[in-house]
Amino acid sequence: MAGSGKAHLRPESETILRVEDLHVEFPVGGGRTVYAVSGISFDIAKGETLGLVGESGCGKSTTGRAILQLPRPTRGSVKLGGEDLMAMDGEKMRQKRTDLQMIFQDPISSLNPRRMVGEVVAEPLEVWGPHDADEQWKIVSNMLDNVGIDPDVARYKRAHEFSGGQCQRISIARALVMEPELIICDEPVSALDVSVQAQILNMLEDLKAQYGLTLVFIAHDLAVVKNISDRVAVMYLGKMCELSESDELYERPAHPYTSLLLGSTPIPDPLVNIHDVPEAEGELPSPISPPSGCRFRTRCPYADEICERVEPQMRKISDDHYVACHHPLVEAEEVAVSFD
Amino acid sequence: MSDAPSSQRITKRPGDDPLLVVENLKTHFHIDAGVVRAVDGVSFKLDRGKTLGIVGESGSGKTVLSRSVMRLNIAENVETAGSVKYDGVELLGKSNKEMRDYWGVEMAMVFQDPMTSLNPVVKVGRQLTEHVRYHLNTSKKEARLAAIELLRSVKIPEPESRFDVYPHEMSGGMRQRVCIASALACGPKMLFADEPTTALDVTVQHQILNLLQQAQQDRFMTMIMVTHDLGVVAGRTDDIAVMYAGKIVEKAPTRTLFAQMKHPYTQALLQSIPRASNPKHTRLSAISGRPPDLINPPSGCKFSPRCPYAQDKCYEVEPELKADTTPGHEFACHFPVGTPEGDAAFEANMAAGKPQTLAAAGKLAATEDLVTGGAV
Repeated sequence: MAGSGKAHLRPESETILRVEDLHVEFPVGGGRTVYAVSGISFDIAKGETLGLVGESGCGKSTTGRAILQLPRPTRGSVKLGGEDLMAMDGEKMRQKRTDLQMIFQDPISSLNPRRMVGEVVAEPLEVWGPHDADEQWKIVSNMLDNVGIDPDVARYKRAHEFSGGQCQRISIARALVMEPELIICDEPVSALDVSVQAQILNMLEDLKAQYGLTLVFIAHDLAVVKNISDRVAVMYLGKMCELSESDELYERPAHPYTSLLLGSTPIPDPLVNIHDVPEAEGELPSPISPPSGCRFRTRCPYADEICERVEPQMRKISDDHYVACHHPLVEAEEVAVSFD
Repeated sequence: MSDAPSSQRITKRPGDDPLLVVENLKTHFHIDAGVVRAVDGVSFKLDRGKTLGIVGESGSGKTVLSRSVMRLNIAENVETAGSVKYDGVELLGKSNKEMRDYWGVEMAMVFQDPMTSLNPVVKVGRQLTEHVRYHLNTSKKEARLAAIELLRSVKIPEPESRFDVYPHEMSGGMRQRVCIASALACGPKMLFADEPTTALDVTVQHQILNLLQQAQQDRFMTMIMVTHDLGVVAGRTDDIAVMYAGKIVEKAPTRTLFAQMKHPYTQALLQSIPRASNPKHTRLSAISGRPPDLINPPSGCKFSPRCPYAQDKCYEVEPELKADTTPGHEFACHFPVGTPEGDAAFEANMAAGKPQTLAAAGKLAATEDLVTGGAV
């Protein structure tokens, strides 16, 4: 990838979600195809938060949705708790979706404007039970309370009567009522102001501890992702560049793209010299005709002839730190060993 | 301030007046629900060649302020009062026709959304030359050459062929470059950049911010950069004004602001930003509550219902913006951060168990309706 390879996958017994060789392609007419996601693999252990970062068009949202089979991926396998979601028929998948929930970017438009908050949050229970209204309200009010919304005040109100941050809290409550095994958070704080963003991030951490949640956290803001994630995967043009434990990734980025992203992130400190940071070269290539070999090579300052010919594979460079690059900024472990 | 980025290269010509003097500017919108006090008494001066960052959350009035200065929100229900002097000339009260002599040639604006600020059915070239031909009275051919030169200066590859494309054929970053080129086309003395990079990816943001700064230095422009992101203005402005509920609550040279902030809102805003340099799962210091309703703002200090330092006085008496000991540093607070009064106020609130103070100290989860009272 950025490259392919599965060196970074852990034994299946340690993880609850395992995605292998995932491809998502969309036909765009004229016989052309958008290669949105091209052969990425990752896994998540129970109670872990995996951050997916990358710029727009890198396929991070598509990856999140592909886990939920929305739409069905083109190829590959998505296993949740050992069961392959790709092999399930529509009805089985429908039942399985109770284990998978999603929180969307725009909190206001992801709530039905014509329904009352009490109904919106109770909707999953309406389908899957319990069907008794009092029991439902008990679960719903408890959940609203957990996300910092007064249940008695909110019950008969509609989405427009709440702020963006409150709507996001309600969306989170709705995702949690089914007690899912995995929640996909697709840019859940990007639309919020920074003060409200901090409230929501803190709350997600609290809920994670309380319910033992497993999260896929998709965002473009590297600082936000680092704050919430245990491991972070960096994506570029449908491929995975680097995957690592979060602190390690930010301290020792090994992929030139990760380093570029980190360098471009504005730091709220006037003493940091922003002019030392190199600028990104050129533009993101089209996912319709991605570059051969390493997809980042057209913008990479280190690219040479091998990057054009051979797609780099994921390889280990230190404990829980994997990179798909021919010229990683940190010396790879295997290479170091062979020099001994 | 003297050691800030742009002033290293640009020395202020002695005796020059400030390019822009804004005094007690108020912009109120009359709507069915009441009067929205979007900008409510803002005063500042801006010297030539300097960059001012205006920072605040949504609804703080930062965009309305910059549009009011440029006279871009002229509508029946908008009431603007106060004074905006540009190069010694009062702009308030000027008609659209009179303002035409200023827009583009004297002052220009780069907007947030490059997707919608270009006309989708007009080729890029014409959008770049229309105002050049109007203001500078050049021929079509000259304007074309100038526009191509501009496209090159904003680092658009193959500018000759880009001249004849429609905006949708370009990426967001490229379109923002075109918007910048268009704003620079008539050589304005003053540039407003209203969240110029909010809609862009982080690597593109870096490119565009560098480009703006370069253009500002090359052309000795005065710039106002409006943003919600303190990270964007940290290394790129001479001064920063922090806005809350239509007012400037603190204004200081950039480094002073970050090092010795006095207003609790500035402190809270800065502390609530996640930083890549902190270890993962670092608890963020969230601000309780949410920005106030601008139709019925709270009495006293507008930040008081959310403020961890607030005392009885804050709910009753609105603090004035006053100068601090450091030159150029102004703030509006009764119990400033880092002073004995401020510390005492914080301690008293901790002892009294005020939720917003406990939340600021990380002892309680911050929520939106904790203190705003009747927000839901």
